[in-house]
Amino acid sequence: MTATEENPIAPRDGQDGPGAQGPAEPAAGPKRARLISGPGILLVWLYGVMVVGAVSRSAVQISTQFDKAPLAYSLSAVAGLVYGFITYSLVRGGETARRAALVCCAAELAGVLVVGTWTLAEPSAFPDATVWSDYGMGYLFIPVLLPLSAMYWLRKARTTAG
Amino acid sequence: MFDALTAATAVAALALAAWCGWAAHRDQPTKDWHFIGMAVVSLLALVQLVIGVVQLARGEKPEQGTTIFVAYLIGAFACIPAAGFMSLAERTRWGSVTVAAGGIVLAVLEVRLYDIWGG
Repeated sequence: MTATEENPIAPRDGQDGPGAQGPAEPAAGPKRARLISGPGILLVWLYGVMVVGAVSRSAVQISTQFDKAPLAYSLSAVAGLVYGFITYSLVRGGETARRAALVCCAAELAGVLVVGTWTLAEPSAFPDATVWSDYGMGYLFIPVLLPLSAMYWLRKARTTAG
Repeated sequence: MFDALTAATAVAALALAAWCGWAAHRDQPTKDWHFIGMAVVSLLALVQLVIGVVQLARGEKPEQGTTIFVAYLIGAFACIPAAGFMSLAERTRWGSVTVAAGGIVLAVLEVRLYDIWGG
């Protein structure tokens, strides 16, 4: 059984509060590395804004005018999901979440680059804009800058958490 | 009336962003005065939310649709308080940077609100 470290006595959800660091916590349980300290809080904030932006935008567009540009609106919804997962991973913290967020940021960056190029090369496929159109120009290029800074931060977090 | 309020909120949001950006530049966390500033900007956004809803109730129609209009009004109101709470959790310069980013986001939302309302 490898689940000894994951036993229910160890508080899994109480990581956020400072009160969770009680003496009852087994010393073997490694403390989950915080990813939202320092610059991380800014990343969480910007990702949170992008989640709200992308999810609400695609929700409105898919529910009211999906036939107009199904591909664009679906891509916006996918972008919203990716942003949501990265935000959750950052807030949760820990090595697994850090790696998962890193993978998602890479996927996000690839998505921005592919969709950005696609919208420029073949505008007819996109009767309406997505979050990632023109490399995120409608969002102040945050969609393309965010994954770069997040990946930089997440790689740095590993070396300091070490 | 609504357009004037939109402009005022946008300017106040940019001023807050500059102020908190300055605090971040000097390596300081957000202080009480910053939170008073955030309260003022949030109050403007709240007044805007109320007036926007009143305008809707009086039968006026935003140019780009009521749903989007209300969504942006709520987003504009929630923006600064959310950033403020995050700066409470992060008592370093990065908390100030977060509020500064919140001010910029709010200013962008106000520009969009101006378009949506059709001023």
